[in-house]
This record gives sequence, structure tokens and C-alpha cells, in this order.
Amino acid sequence: MLTRLVEEVPRFLGYYNVVFLLKAAWVTLALSAVGCSLGLLIGFFIAMVRVTRGNLLIPVRGVCISYVEFFRRIPFLVTLMIIFFLYEALGWDVTVFTVALTSVCLIAASYTAEIVRSGLESVNVKQWEAAETMNLNLIQTLRWVILPQAWKVILPPAFSFFILFIKDTALASQISVVELTYAGKVLNNKGFSAVLVFGSVLLLYFIISYPLARFGAWMEKKLVVSKTGRR
Amino acid sequence: MHYTLQYGQVLKYLPYLIGGAWISLQIAFLAFCGGMVLGLLGAMGKTFGGSFTKRGVSAYVSFFTNTPQLVQIYFLFFALPEVGILLSSYDAVLIGMTLNAGAYLTEIQRAGFVSVHRSELEAAETMGMSLFQSVWHVIMPHVVKVLFPPLSNLYILMTLGTSMAAIFGLEELTGRAFNVNAVTFRSIEVFSITAGLYFLVTVVASLILTLLGRWLFRVKAKVF
Repeated sequence: MLTRLVEEVPRFLGYYNVVFLLKAAWVTLALSAVGCSLGLLIGFFIAMVRVTRGNLLIPVRGVCISYVEFFRRIPFLVTLMIIFFLYEALGWDVTVFTVALTSVCLIAASYTAEIVRSGLESVNVKQWEAAETMNLNLIQTLRWVILPQAWKVILPPAFSFFILFIKDTALASQISVVELTYAGKVLNNKGFSAVLVFGSVLLLYFIISYPLARFGAWMEKKLVVSKTGRR
Repeated sequence: MHYTLQYGQVLKYLPYLIGGAWISLQIAFLAFCGGMVLGLLGAMGKTFGGSFTKRGVSAYVSFFTNTPQLVQIYFLFFALPEVGILLSSYDAVLIGMTLNAGAYLTEIQRAGFVSVHRSELEAAETMGMSLFQSVWHVIMPHVVKVLFPPLSNLYILMTLGTSMAAIFGLEELTGRAFNVNAVTFRSIEVFSITAGLYFLVTVVASLILTLLGRWLFRVKAKVF
């Protein structure tokens, strides 16, 4: 078995297979990076709506809260399927990559909305009150008072969510987005040994995710230290 | 939009789908329990073990937390038969989820271990507490307060994670949704009902966990 595996390695590491796998790894990275960035943007707006006061915006707040609570409690696979068939029912001709990207955005928005909200709430209430006394409106308060303090609390969990999602995008292979897992399935179907194929897919995921995870841990440490003023 | 929603056909299959939700919960529960045991061993190895054990546990944790669960299960399901180990899809999913959960739970439980101070154990000994008493009255309240929120979070994430068992042909909630979809062709209806069921299941699980935490360990936790 081992000798067969060793014999297969040179054929497996042919030029086109390697390029195919690397391109697929790039798709995985792009899917999660673009999806999570857009999601963070939407999540930020949701969190902003949730910290508003006033009766006029109550229905909007209600929609935001139910959106966040609902999407955090359904699996990525089911979201993918709903979005996939929704596009079809709408009659829009989009690529499967767009379908996957939309789903990643929707889920990322709901998770990051909570992260941003807890970041905004981490700033002392007195700062909000002081900003109100200075007659700043909501945008100004966020821009000049809250965000300069809150981003240190928001960034590390948002980044670790992004790393979590690099791994979750493996499910996008189910709607045949050609990302890393799908590439593994294709190569396996071409007759390469599953040990070899899925072993290298696992390795590639590890190579992408591990340095980012280390960077996230380093960033978290750095930001916490600078926040409390200890060096 | 030339699509009219017709829930009637799908609602006939509701009991079938609810049965699937029950199987999802079972898989999540079994994998969580297995993961707890693995995580406890890992956390003990990482706190008290020698340098060799520590390195081994670290390698296990960083490998399983940095690769997708789906590909891990693929590996178990498709690659192990080449070595002569044949796993059924249920076993492959369960083992994959357990190993994955064990890695996350090692980190979580280690944080709990670190939160207990030696001086508190010594104080308990001075008060004449037996081992069981000091574990129950001193260690547990501490550890549980640190561990409860991440543990219940992970449990919810794992319940959602069981959906990938459908890919291996297991008939849990998502798997049964695929079946119903194949029979009725009402895709949006089927998957929206499935999403609703997942929502209900996880809300109920959160509710039970919160109540358990409040009654047993006086942890202040919220459902939402």
C-alpha cells in the first residue's frame, strides 16, 4: 500500500494538478476574505442600528435583531441551499461562486453584528453621554469617540471568525464551487489515492489557516496589552 | 419571479423532518460527550504532562482546529478504507466530529483549569473538606463559571455542524431535507422549513443549557 502511494506521488504532483490545487486554494481564500469583509460592513451597520434610541426605528431594530438571531442558528449548508434555490426562483443567472459569496456574507453579517455590538458596548457609558452633551450626532459619536476605542475589542474576534470561515467554506463544494475541497473531490474521482488527495487538501488548509491563527493570537495579545497600558 | 410558494406538499413531511432533527441532536450530543472526554484528557496532558505529551497535544489541537471538519470526515470516510479500515458513514461522521470537538474542548477546558488557584485548594483542605467536597464546592463553581458560556456556544455550533453528515448520506435533518426535496421539488419551502427547525432546535437547546446552568451552578447566562 505504501509503495503504491510512493509510486503515485510524482504523477500526482504534476504541473496541472498543482496549479489546479493552488487555484482552488486561492478561491477558498478569496471566498472567505471577500465574504467576511462585506459581512463585517453589513454587520457594522446592523450593530449601529441596534445602538440607536428612539421609537421611530423600533421596527428596523426588530428586523435587525431577528435577522441576527435567525442566521446564527441555521447551518451554513442550509443557507447555501436556500440562497442557491432562491437565485434560481428569481430567475437570475449568477455563478455558483456568487451564490456561495452571498451566503458567506449573510452569515458573516449576523455573527459580526454581535461582535461589533459587544465592542461598542465595551466603551464606557459615560463616554456616550459625554458625546451627547457635546452635541455630537450618532455618526460623529461613533467616528470620533467610540470607534477609536472599540476597534481593539472588535478586531481580534472578527479576525478569528474569518479564520473559522476559511474552514467552513469547505461546504461550498456541495454546490460545486471549485474551491479546495471540491478540487480534492475532483482529483479523487480522477483516480488518485484518497490518502494522497485529502491529505494534501488538509495540509493546504493547514498552511492557509495556521499562520493566520498565529497572527490573530499575536494581534489579540498586542491589542489587549496596549489597551490596559502595560508593556 | 415565476415561483409560487406551496408549503402544503412539504408540510406533509414535517414529522419525518422532526425525526431527522432528533437524530441531529443525538449526533451532536454523542460527539460532544466524546469530545468532552478527549478534551479533558488533552487539557490534563497540556497542564500536567511532560514536554513530549504537551507537544503531542498541541500538535493535535492545532491540526484539528486549523483544518475543516468536512475534509477530516472525508479523510476518514474515503482514505481509511485504503488502509483497510472501513467505517460506516455514521461512524465516520461521529468519529470526525468527536476528534474535532476534542481539539476545541481541550483549549476550552485548559482555560478552566488555569482559573483555579492552588491557594483555594489549600484553603479547602484547611477547612477539612474531603476531596469530593472540595471538588464540588470549590473547583466546580469556579470552572463552570469560566467554562459555561464557551461550552454552550460550542454545543450550538456542533448541532449546526451535524448538517454536514447529510453529505455522507446520513438521514439527519439536512439529509432528510435533501430527500424531501428530491421527492417534492419544492426546494425553497423544504429548506426554509429545515432552517426553521434548526432555529427551534438550537433555541430549545440554549434554553435547556441556560436553565441547567442557573439551577446547578448559578451561572448568569442569557438565551439570546
